[in-house]
Amino acid sequence: MKNKTLLLYAFAYLAFLYVPVLVLPVFSFNDSQFIAFPLSGFTTRWYAGLLADSALQHALGNSLKVGVVTALLSTLLGLTAARAVTRYRLRGTGAALGFISLPLFIPDIVLGLSLLMLLGAVGLPLSLAGVVLGHLLVCVPFALIVLIARFEGFDKNLEEASADLGEDGWMTFWRVTFPLMLPGIAASLLLTFITSFDEFLVAYFLSGTEATLPIYIWGQLRFPGRLPMVLALGAIILGASVALVVLAEYVRNLGVKKPMVGA
Amino acid sequence: MNFLTITNVSKSFGGPPVVNDVSLDVARGEFFALLGASGCGKTTLLRMIAGFETPDSGAIRIDGEDMTMVPPHLRPTNMVFQSYAIFPHLNVFDNIAYGLRKLKLPKDALRAKVEAMLATVRLEGLGKRGADQLSGGQRQRVALARALMREPKILLLDEPLGALDKRLREAMQVELRAIQRKVGITFLLVTHDQEEALSLSDRVAVMHQGHILQVADPRSLYERPNCREVADFIGEINFFHATLREIAGASATVNAGLLGILTLPAANLAPGLKPGDHILLAIRPEHVRFADAGVVGEIAAATFLGARSHFHVKIAGRSEPVFVSGGAPPQGPVHLAFSPDRLIGLPTAG
Repeated sequence: MKNKTLLLYAFAYLAFLYVPVLVLPVFSFNDSQFIAFPLSGFTTRWYAGLLADSALQHALGNSLKVGVVTALLSTLLGLTAARAVTRYRLRGTGAALGFISLPLFIPDIVLGLSLLMLLGAVGLPLSLAGVVLGHLLVCVPFALIVLIARFEGFDKNLEEASADLGEDGWMTFWRVTFPLMLPGIAASLLLTFITSFDEFLVAYFLSGTEATLPIYIWGQLRFPGRLPMVLALGAIILGASVALVVLAEYVRNLGVKKPMVGA
Repeated sequence: MNFLTITNVSKSFGGPPVVNDVSLDVARGEFFALLGASGCGKTTLLRMIAGFETPDSGAIRIDGEDMTMVPPHLRPTNMVFQSYAIFPHLNVFDNIAYGLRKLKLPKDALRAKVEAMLATVRLEGLGKRGADQLSGGQRQRVALARALMREPKILLLDEPLGALDKRLREAMQVELRAIQRKVGITFLLVTHDQEEALSLSDRVAVMHQGHILQVADPRSLYERPNCREVADFIGEINFFHATLREIAGASATVNAGLLGILTLPAANLAPGLKPGDHILLAIRPEHVRFADAGVVGEIAAATFLGARSHFHVKIAGRSEPVFVSGGAPPQGPVHLAFSPDRLIGLPTAG
């Protein structure tokens, strides 16, 4: 009896999570401008419309650029910080970790606004570079969390063994640390890319005239006629995001089944 | 003559010194053990020899060259880690060949070298195995082969057999000794297992709280410990309180309380003891025997161990039982006897 109630609760909860999300792809194939039931027929014209929209493609390009650069930089910064935190006895490690993670707890709107004022104060123009800076604040903590976990997962004797066998710090990194960190690095790249790609508020404040994809979508919502196209776009982004997250999780767990410590 | 020379080395990690003013000499080709309980500083000393830690003071020289500040990758030492530290992303062959990259050997020569080493550690045909497909004993051999491959001047072994079960450990002890004889490299072993240290090594240094208490060959260490800690740590031993009365020529007289006045060879006294000193008399369980006359006692506990048995014998006027090792005793009360030649006189403290 109790199990049945719990099962019902679980299904209700899953429905609550995913039914609204499913509305997006469903209406993106609906042959009507109006978002209302009953559905009026199947069409792919909204998707075709996307292909013809050059402003959209420009925004998509911007988002990809920002996302890739943010992912590479935040993973690199996260990698060096995670190594320092896990491999050395350093003073103030806890405080440093706290400060690095703080942007996770600051509302993005505050973050965006303060960066906007800062850029204005030092006289830098609004640009995609500014968006990358803002996204780094948000993404480095994610990279750090993923990478610290991976570093803690392997025996530091492995790096010592490499040094013992004649390799200096640089070669040890390439022959031991990097291959063992690879799944973590890949997961960090994917996670930070998605975070940057989906981010709206910071980009809204800092992008100036160069819209990223979320900003473009936000702009399109003023035109009711374009709503189905936005749904089609949303459906594509949704699919791609899910695919990336699944891929990130899969990659992150690669090699975990192998013993990561010597004993 | 001295191959590894450690001079007045100290190291602390922000607290009391972990290694405290240690000096040690090891000869070329020697199998040397650092023996001590966990936390005695033996692993820290080993890591300083490998270069993973830097001494706060003192010097480490290997084959005449000062190594104190040389980073690990430039030292002529190689280490077998306690966790073995087998690279999980490489197979057995690549693990063993790891340290040979700089030699830039042609492929065939490299293969021949690694195959020969695989044969030395009896892992023929396992080169393609992944690190996760090895048993504990095989991992130990891979770690050993990988370290030996670079022909180090000194091979450092950090509790190398600690992770193996008893039977495998005993087999590996024999093999380790054989490999050492074959390659002729100086082995420096760290262990908390006194049996392992005694059975493997030419000489043993006993460490306690950051100090080296005694350096000697296994037999001397067992028969002539120089202090209570060493006597206690190496095998079983009985202690009796006594007072040193006088030393006359080659013999010494002690008042051993309930054991009476005894005369023993002066050579059995630890150096530095003077008449009037309060001392500890120590005797091994196998040197105490059941006799027709002597100290009267009662057997409190007996453990049958095959060829010999262990007995705890309660005697009047002493709270601790006397530990006796030998054959089966007569029924009822027993008499304990021993030859005073077997008594060792030790200082009560330090």
